[in-house]
Amino acid sequence: MAAISMRLPVARKAVAPSSSRGGEKRLVAPGDTITTDTGYMRGHGTYVEEEKLVASVAGAVERVNKLVCVSALKSRYNGEVGDIVVGRITEVQQKRWKVETNSRLDSVLLLSSMNLPGGELRRRSAEDELAMRDYLQEGDLISAEVQSVFSDGAISLHTRSLKYGKLGQGVLVQVSPSFVKRQKTHFHDLPCGASVILGNNGFIWIYPTPEQKDEETGSFTTNLEPVPLSDREVISRLRNCIVALVNQKLMLFDTSILYCYEASLPHQIKDILKPEVMEEIVMETRQRLLDLEA
Amino acid sequence: MAAVVLSEPEKLYIVHGVQEDLRVDGRGCEDYRCAEVETDVVSNTSGSARVKLGHTDILVGVKAEMGTPKLEKPDEGYLEFFVDCSANATPEFEGRGGEELGAEIASTLYRVFSSESSVDLKSLCINPREHCWVLYVDVLLLECGGNLFDAISIAVKAALFNTRIPKVRVLEDEEGSKEIELSDDPYDCIRLNVDDVPCIVTLSKIGYRHVVDATPQEEACSLAGLLISVTSKGTLTSMKKVGKGSLDPESIFEMMETGKRVGKSLHIALQKILDEEECLGTSRQKVGFLG
Repeated sequence: MAAISMRLPVARKAVAPSSSRGGEKRLVAPGDTITTDTGYMRGHGTYVEEEKLVASVAGAVERVNKLVCVSALKSRYNGEVGDIVVGRITEVQQKRWKVETNSRLDSVLLLSSMNLPGGELRRRSAEDELAMRDYLQEGDLISAEVQSVFSDGAISLHTRSLKYGKLGQGVLVQVSPSFVKRQKTHFHDLPCGASVILGNNGFIWIYPTPEQKDEETGSFTTNLEPVPLSDREVISRLRNCIVALVNQKLMLFDTSILYCYEASLPHQIKDILKPEVMEEIVMETRQRLLDLEA
Repeated sequence: MAAVVLSEPEKLYIVHGVQEDLRVDGRGCEDYRCAEVETDVVSNTSGSARVKLGHTDILVGVKAEMGTPKLEKPDEGYLEFFVDCSANATPEFEGRGGEELGAEIASTLYRVFSSESSVDLKSLCINPREHCWVLYVDVLLLECGGNLFDAISIAVKAALFNTRIPKVRVLEDEEGSKEIELSDDPYDCIRLNVDDVPCIVTLSKIGYRHVVDATPQEEACSLAGLLISVTSKGTLTSMKKVGKGSLDPESIFEMMETGKRVGKSLHIALQKILDEEECLGTSRQKVGFLG
């Protein structure tokens, strides 16, 4: 039975600023004057015009002692050492892979930064170089950590731990990097029955929780068995919840995703993406998060 | 079309999901994404419509101009289609990149509307062999989010419903030369009957089943598909196979049946929203592009 819902567009309502933790962030648009005081040093996102400090991007003003900078709300991912990212392989080159991570330049994954199967520790030989395509091909998804940032801003990745590596079956959701909250860990096994990797670059990977936890192979073998229907429903619901949270401008972290999932249970999975249902679910999530803080 | 690259396990996940009638966003195989339709968005056209289907954004404008009828059909007006793939949609459309896709969509539209019963062309005639109304339908692709043909056909139908053609009178002089007089009242116009205008339904074959309204990720997993145009009564007016894969005759038959069923629901939903918009009249809050 086909379900087709059409509607007339409704003007977006301004989202009320959440009156949470103290220190109201000051939002500016490009061209807004930040300050006329000449004693400040200008940081990223600002420029000096006629002795005034003016913002060049739309975002929140951040001040550290004498340094004033504006961090953009929607921008490409700027890598920082230690971040977890989810990326897609775009090219296979000599001794390295080029990975797309929603940044200004393609990231780089060197062959030497990749674990060999079985956890061997040796110098990469010419055979390893020729067998690169057997490990990772164009289009493959990987989870990795940022090792270093080159001077031009390009990121160098590494998968030097068994929890990183090629990703198997699952769903990828792409959001703006500013929605992902910085936390201690970005790999979450949600109690609802699926696992999620919140990449700092805005790529969220939702996948069925693997059965055995001890057989860490470093993901060289992908599980190609069909995922059961119950897991699929959980994954689809999580995906829609994440889209709803981003649409209503709420930060993404394990608790918010979980609360949103629980708030969405009374609705059908495909109904979550309807504008009125999204608002209702996220309002409930916001309320629960505020209660949690209080 | 802007192709999304997927890894093999991701494609497998999608194919198995379709098999069990649970797509990635929770829809069934015959469900459409939530669509937003608004007409009368461009003020200097005779009729316009904007359709948002998920991430796909289409703007259609219809301009009615006077022209001479075609030689083989002297007592009918006609429609001209032009599709512009804007570079806003995807960087691949920059420069002349979008021309091929635009030409393909335009030729499909011509084919869909080639049936005599879709639009009453005789009502567009003013003077046989001399003057007739030509409707220039311009389609603008603002964002590509999968399922372009369906969204475009919905927008074209909505725009034609919204089109207001001014009433003209033909006056005969003593010498026999004809003069065309436009009525003074700007609200005095004729509307087109869009009851028989077909809508395109794209069915993409994924694995052993087919889906309607595929997202770009699902389109990457589908090797073959069927584009059919259905009227509100369920009649098929044209059919086209797309994709580089092959289709079994049995699957083609199944897909046609699904297409007819889905097409009828699509028309009912669209007509309901157009009538609702009409009823609101001037009290409707126009959203446009800055909403």
